[in-house]
Amino acid sequence: MTGVDPTTQFIAEPPDPTAADTTAGGVRRLPRESWARTVLPPLLLGLVILGIWYLISFVVLDPRRRFLLEPPHEVLQVGFFTWDNLSTILEGLYWSTRVALTGLAISIVLGVTIAVIMSQTVIFERALFPYLVFLQAIPILAIVPLISFWFGTGENSRVLVCVLISIFPIIVNTLFGLQSADPLHHDLFTLQQANRWTRLRKLMFPGALPAMFAGLRISAGLSVIGAIVGEFFFGRGETGLGQLLKRYANRLEGEQLIATVIISSALGVVVFLFFGWLQRRVIGKWYQSTTQ
Amino acid sequence: MTALAFQGLGMVFPDGTEALDDISFTVDRGEFVTVVGPSGCGKSTLLRIASGLLQHTSGSVEVDRDDIGYVFQEAALLPWRTVRQNVELLAELRNLPKGDRRAKAQQAIEMVGLSGFEHHYPKSLSGGMRMRASLARSLTLEPPVFLFDEPFGAVDEITREHLNDQTQLMFMAENFAGLFITHSIGEAVYMSTRVLVMSARPGRLVAEFPIPFEFPRSPDLRFDPEFARISGEVSHALRGGHA
Repeated sequence: MTGVDPTTQFIAEPPDPTAADTTAGGVRRLPRESWARTVLPPLLLGLVILGIWYLISFVVLDPRRRFLLEPPHEVLQVGFFTWDNLSTILEGLYWSTRVALTGLAISIVLGVTIAVIMSQTVIFERALFPYLVFLQAIPILAIVPLISFWFGTGENSRVLVCVLISIFPIIVNTLFGLQSADPLHHDLFTLQQANRWTRLRKLMFPGALPAMFAGLRISAGLSVIGAIVGEFFFGRGETGLGQLLKRYANRLEGEQLIATVIISSALGVVVFLFFGWLQRRVIGKWYQSTTQ
Repeated sequence: MTALAFQGLGMVFPDGTEALDDISFTVDRGEFVTVVGPSGCGKSTLLRIASGLLQHTSGSVEVDRDDIGYVFQEAALLPWRTVRQNVELLAELRNLPKGDRRAKAQQAIEMVGLSGFEHHYPKSLSGGMRMRASLARSLTLEPPVFLFDEPFGAVDEITREHLNDQTQLMFMAENFAGLFITHSIGEAVYMSTRVLVMSARPGRLVAEFPIPFEFPRSPDLRFDPEFARISGEVSHALRGGHA
């Protein structure tokens, strides 16, 4: 490309102004009244739910059976504003979070590795897939005895339950993502005689990221469920949210029980939101989501 | 100097479809040869065979496969790379030093008129700009043979004319051997030094037209009486000579 007279340069066509504007994935500021429209409906519904809750506590249940559903202010008072109870729940939250994150980390590393191996060798994919489906279909309850035989009733077994529950979406989504690279892009790499590793690193893996994040967000929520289910069954060692749920239920401590349920859900929500945020950070610049 | 030669080339797909039959022609450096034909006649198959993406079943192809520029039907940019990163891709896959590929990419980007868009992602570019980024990418390795697989079929008329001129500019600067596929007669006559007409499946060459106009060609050439006459002949051959 030498010796081109710059004056023969053809005029660049102007960029399509609509292309950059509406599809850049940037968040457009919503008008004020539509902000109210987004926030008000769930807020109102929340008030309705609180109303029904009070109704059940005070009208439907007679006072002797009120422990079945303590009214909201009691839950706040006893579960959240009594430091002894709250500190116990927060400590449970810490241990559950640890189990969930450990399990999720193992699921990610193991799941992505398995998916990469499957994407590289059709034989592996064919051989592994039925077993993965089988593994996915096992009810955790059914293998609780086996897990406790093999791994004891402590933290290891909880992490294992976490991995069993959360690994499947990561494998399936990563594999799907790796296999969905554009055939033209593959041709492009073939023409440059790119090797398998280069193709994986520069084409298949980055292309798989959107699907991987979709799987990751599902798995993140599942890992929290896995941790709590695991603690429910494998109670030896540190006291997580799962054991607390069991304890409060046994002692008929309804306020603490509901507070623990709320904290458990909040953990799931936080983890889910975190991965949504991470997704926007990592691929938001280039990925054109049709739902955003 | 002959850069690309087909000799008695035939292609039958495993399912029995006969795509190409007895294709023979050569493309020299400094020649821009366009193959026009009805859709489904095996034009793209010809390019895939030339580049080695597909193995032919009879005859022979002579070309240096290590050094081919290939422009696809779509821009085929990697969406997670900026314009510059996309343009640098081929040099990167060939393990050229970073400074070297950066310089080549910058030169190619300037040549297709995308300066100022180096850091844009494909999703924020128009179709025509994506195609120009794709052209720039194929330019970086300065290949002596360039294959174009109906690259401008999906863009509007005005953008297509811009891209035709862009390609012409590339051709004049690089003096490569160009093999261009299209089903637009106007585009074929405007761009080429020679136009080959291919029949419907199985694809055979049925006519050949040397195009005498000097380079650089101006967009006004499209309204020249001689241009209209040649286009008419190509069109006639394309319809099988019995219109």
